[in-house]
Amino acid sequence: MGKTVLMQGNEACVEGALAAGMRLYAGYPITPSTEIAEFSAVRLPQVGGKFIQMEDEIASIACAIGGSVAGVKSMTATSGPGFSLKQENLGYACLAEIPLVVVDVQRAGPSTGLPTSPSQGDIMMARWGTHGDHPVIAIAPSSVSEAYNLAIRCFNLAEKYRTPVLFMMDEIIGHLREGIEIPDHVEVIDRPTVDYPDAKRMPYQIKEGQLVPKMAAFGEGQRYNITGLIHDESGFPTNSTEEAEKLVTRLMHKISDNYDDIVQVDQVNMEDAEVAIVCYGGTMRAAITAMEKARAKGIKCGIFRPITIWPFPERELLAASEKLKKVVVAEHNYGQIVLEVERIIKNNCKLGFVGKVNGTVITPEEILAKVEED
Amino acid sequence: MIDTSNVSEKTVNTSDLIYKYMRPEHLPHIWCPGCGHGIIMRDVAQAVENLGLDRDKVVLVSGIGCSSRAAGYMDFNTIHTTHGRAIAFATGIKLANPELEVIVLTGDGDASAIGGNHLIHAARRNIGLTVIVMNNTIYGMTGGQYSPTTPRKAFGTTAPYGNLDRAFDLAGLAYGAGASYAARGSAFHTQQTIQMIQEGIRHQGFSIIDVASVCPTYFGRKNKKGSAVDMLRWQKENSVTVEQAKKMTAEQLQGKLVIGVIHQVQYPEFTFEYQKLIQRLAKEREE
Amino acid sequence: MSVQKELVINTAWCKGCGICAAFCPKEALELVKGKARLKEENACILCGQCEQRCPDYAIYVKETEGGAEQWVKPY
Repeated sequence: MGKTVLMQGNEACVEGALAAGMRLYAGYPITPSTEIAEFSAVRLPQVGGKFIQMEDEIASIACAIGGSVAGVKSMTATSGPGFSLKQENLGYACLAEIPLVVVDVQRAGPSTGLPTSPSQGDIMMARWGTHGDHPVIAIAPSSVSEAYNLAIRCFNLAEKYRTPVLFMMDEIIGHLREGIEIPDHVEVIDRPTVDYPDAKRMPYQIKEGQLVPKMAAFGEGQRYNITGLIHDESGFPTNSTEEAEKLVTRLMHKISDNYDDIVQVDQVNMEDAEVAIVCYGGTMRAAITAMEKARAKGIKCGIFRPITIWPFPERELLAASEKLKKVVVAEHNYGQIVLEVERIIKNNCKLGFVGKVNGTVITPEEILAKVEED
Repeated sequence: MIDTSNVSEKTVNTSDLIYKYMRPEHLPHIWCPGCGHGIIMRDVAQAVENLGLDRDKVVLVSGIGCSSRAAGYMDFNTIHTTHGRAIAFATGIKLANPELEVIVLTGDGDASAIGGNHLIHAARRNIGLTVIVMNNTIYGMTGGQYSPTTPRKAFGTTAPYGNLDRAFDLAGLAYGAGASYAARGSAFHTQQTIQMIQEGIRHQGFSIIDVASVCPTYFGRKNKKGSAVDMLRWQKENSVTVEQAKKMTAEQLQGKLVIGVIHQVQYPEFTFEYQKLIQRLAKEREE
Repeated sequence: MSVQKELVINTAWCKGCGICAAFCPKEALELVKGKARLKEENACILCGQCEQRCPDYAIYVKETEGGAEQWVKPY
């Protein structure tokens, strides 16, 4: 049994990251993610890690990528405007296959928007924000406890698949305080490292049975090249159309082929459900109350909550939709995941939507009203 | 003689220096005939050889542009990053592992336009990076647009009537931002430049060596500066040392290239200070 | 052990910029059909100025461990 402590969501994210082995954090102050930088500044030097406040958001993700290249698990955190700024280097980490965790504590936009207000308006940016086709893993916590445990999962997936993982928190969870149980032991996955001199000069080669190329830290003796250009197995740029197709396809497939390992979904009272509320992140809290109220009124209501937002749990949702009369999507934006849901459920059942863009939270009553609607 | 005992058997016709520090299978490089960047890249190799550094512990970080291609050619731990961000990537590498010698090879546009913020803050922080700017006063890779170091009234494809901007003095800019070592070399002055790169690497703290390169293809052609030879000859004939410059008036310094160490001071290096903080906290916990 | 020195030109890498010839203190080099060439064997003093400024690493003073006798240029 671990110990139970009262913690803020942003703090839990840092503690989870530390438990997963984060030893470098680079960030820039921005509401509502700032506490992640503040807690990191306190905690990292205590455990022999490094914190640095960079000059801007772009530098922060660049610095974190640099740390990872030198063999240290690294993280950066931000909120909406900063997440926009990080997009170019996010694509770099996707292509160069650098493990990294990027936290976005979402706030209301567009632009500077409502800096202290909750939102889930960055969900599609998480999928499509950086240019070009690229793989994405994005995870959304809906409690402080999940902020801790899923932060660990983010690092584990980043290391296992050599890719940046997006931790899509929101202001609700980031600033929420609740009791959580800190486990005594957590499962930690480290990147596959090179067995010398086996992979020398072929840093992006994959041998049979490997998910991703093994990764050497700079300074270990491999002296390889990393680039944001399309490259072949040697790590050097190439203009070969074959190599370009091969690389981009491999990057996409290393995520899509491992759907079962990556995708997690929380299904509550879905066994007999006729109506399902689809929600994620902080919206879950209103959804639970809405579901309870609906059940009290005799409506067979359940909740379908993607924990992994990208890749979206479409197999599970499609299967569920075949037994449902209606799906109600609730999210703090003008309608983003609802488009994905619409695509997946086709005409299997009816679709309702509750969105909010005024900086306040969605209430259980608003969700309930859509659940009850014919 | 260069010690090539741990270098694989030579397969191409080039000097031991190049064979040891470059990736010969990727040569000849893509730079134009007469491009100063090739000379400066050799200066880096010579400086590393002279210092006797372990290639496995040297990291070369580049951004985007002509200069950035150096990362693919040099046989160190090399990373070709995004436009302007080389210094920020390098900061993460140095912070994660301060034992590494982290060299940033960048261009004038990369370092001082899109990456200007990282340049001044790395200088202020005094983190132990060695930044070598291949300063050709033009955007070469995209075809000759004016850069922050293009002289006033000079021509570029985006300055068809002459440049209205004033040019940055990069070594002076870094000095003003707090760099503890700032120097200026040139493609022509190889011996001095090699010496400055050596000093910059050995220096404990942020160092910048702003090296005047030559771009005969774009800057030279647009501004009727002649061939690469003419441009290097200009550097030879119009350079003065820092010491000479101190005795000259502003008028006399017009159109001159001031070569030498602009500024050098000892100041605590960032990653060293951070290591001390970690040790202090560990000690406090024990007590 | 002594060191033998000789000037080597790799014409495959030479891009014909002419820098080596322009700054050779002995004017011993020339461009022929866009490639650097040593005018006459004895003119080179093996000073390495060309090597230092060749942007393409196409000309260099090759050093080899020689025998007991040092090889000396006849000038």
